[in-house]
Amino acid sequence: MLVSERKPMEEIKSFLVGESKVFLLGCDGCAAASGTGGEQDILELERQLEKEGIGVVGWKVIEFLCQKALVRRGLKPYASALREADSILVSTCGIGAQATATVVGMPVHPACNTISLGGIRGEWQGEERCLECGQCYLDITGGICPLTACTKQLVNGPCGGAKDGRCEFEPDARPCGWQLIYERLKSLDRLDVLRQAPPQLKDFTQMQPPKEIRSTSKWAIDIQAKEEVAAT
Amino acid sequence: MKLSELFAQGKFVVTSEVGPPKGTDTSEMLENGERMKERVDAVNITDQQSSVMRLGSLVSSLLLKQRGIEPIYQVTCRDRNRIALQSDLLSAWAVGVKNVLCLTGDYVSLGDFPEAKPVFDLDSVSLLASTKQLNEGQDLGGNDLQGAPDFCLGAVVTPAADPLEPQLIKMEKKVRAGAQFFQTQGTFEPEKFAAFMNQAKDLGVPVMAGIILLKSAGMARFMNQNVAGVHVPDPLIKEMASAEDRVQTSIKIAARLIGGIKDLCQGVHIMPIGWERHVPAVLDAAGL
Repeated sequence: MLVSERKPMEEIKSFLVGESKVFLLGCDGCAAASGTGGEQDILELERQLEKEGIGVVGWKVIEFLCQKALVRRGLKPYASALREADSILVSTCGIGAQATATVVGMPVHPACNTISLGGIRGEWQGEERCLECGQCYLDITGGICPLTACTKQLVNGPCGGAKDGRCEFEPDARPCGWQLIYERLKSLDRLDVLRQAPPQLKDFTQMQPPKEIRSTSKWAIDIQAKEEVAAT
Repeated sequence: MKLSELFAQGKFVVTSEVGPPKGTDTSEMLENGERMKERVDAVNITDQQSSVMRLGSLVSSLLLKQRGIEPIYQVTCRDRNRIALQSDLLSAWAVGVKNVLCLTGDYVSLGDFPEAKPVFDLDSVSLLASTKQLNEGQDLGGNDLQGAPDFCLGAVVTPAADPLEPQLIKMEKKVRAGAQFFQTQGTFEPEKFAAFMNQAKDLGVPVMAGIILLKSAGMARFMNQNVAGVHVPDPLIKEMASAEDRVQTSIKIAARLIGGIKDLCQGVHIMPIGWERHVPAVLDAAGL
């Protein structure tokens, strides 16, 4: 799940300077759930744009704009509208906007900002977050990730900035992650594990996806796209 | 002179601090250093304290050193990654800095560039460990150095933290990573400080009690609301509120606090926060 929110109209308008007609593209996946890319959202965006004097030549909501094959297939019936349009305004996450831009061969503008979820990629109905850091610390931290629970991503214990168990950054919204870790370890009688752990050093190369995984997923998407092209 | 040598001599060590200016006019910082020069063993130079962008602590340390004032170079992990931190530490040793205080650093949101990218590649513990490794002739990657530093390494701890245990665990980690002395967050409650020292003394590393000069009752209330690990008890706030001469009252309170904790620890660190000119009077009143 990637959460997106609509950019201010002033910013969207600034993207469209010098253009007269735009095609709108929505996404029925995460963006629809975010209230940015569903059908009603796109119709509302169309109303707002026309109020600003921007012509909309057509619109389409596609399931999963992150899938280039689906983007291609979904846009096929709109070839003439797209020829008329100066650009496509895409109302979804950064991945969907990039996937669209890769496929269409014409200007693509993002209508949204993608909001960080602190590392979550797949949908998960809980507050646990994983940064996919490739260097899991959960054993010494009682099963609470210090990279996502601590604002400073500290891996060797709390800083001196927490007050009343709250983080110095947005104390109203964030508990001190290390306070949570401390309480958890204490309840598990595992404080010694933290105490005795040697100084931890983050290896940021591990935060890059491994080569084989990158090539595998790239392979999968490319093959899928090729199959779609062949089928049409 | 390294602080570790003074502690080894059994000396009760006294330090204070100056903050570099926001700008290039170093005259006030240097005057403050001169005022303390004859009275303290060394002076901390803060590293963009509260995340407010200022003149750097490395160059400021050098400028003070050139005037015969022993600097304690404060280094935080907020603004530099491990490459820049190690490089700055080598630079510091090359220009004669002997004492380093290793801190994690405040989050960027506290300062005047809240939109900046926070670094925190290392933290206080791994910074201590990597500086110790530099002392031993190798960088963090295990590469040999052509000429190594021999810093005295300092760290910080918050005696009034609630709960205290996580602070003590981290303090222990800092000792194992290489900390040779500690300066504490400002302490206003000798009983709490005594309880802290009772647990911290087993680590066998010298502790310098932090003493913040109270400038007003309002400042005390502000710290209670906003500064982590600082608690000014009500009687002290009342004493400041009813003071006819705030400077004299502040000096009296600081001297009394020093008297209350002197026998528990190995030194004091005075944080004047704008009242650097009154540091000598505080030391006079405390008999130091």
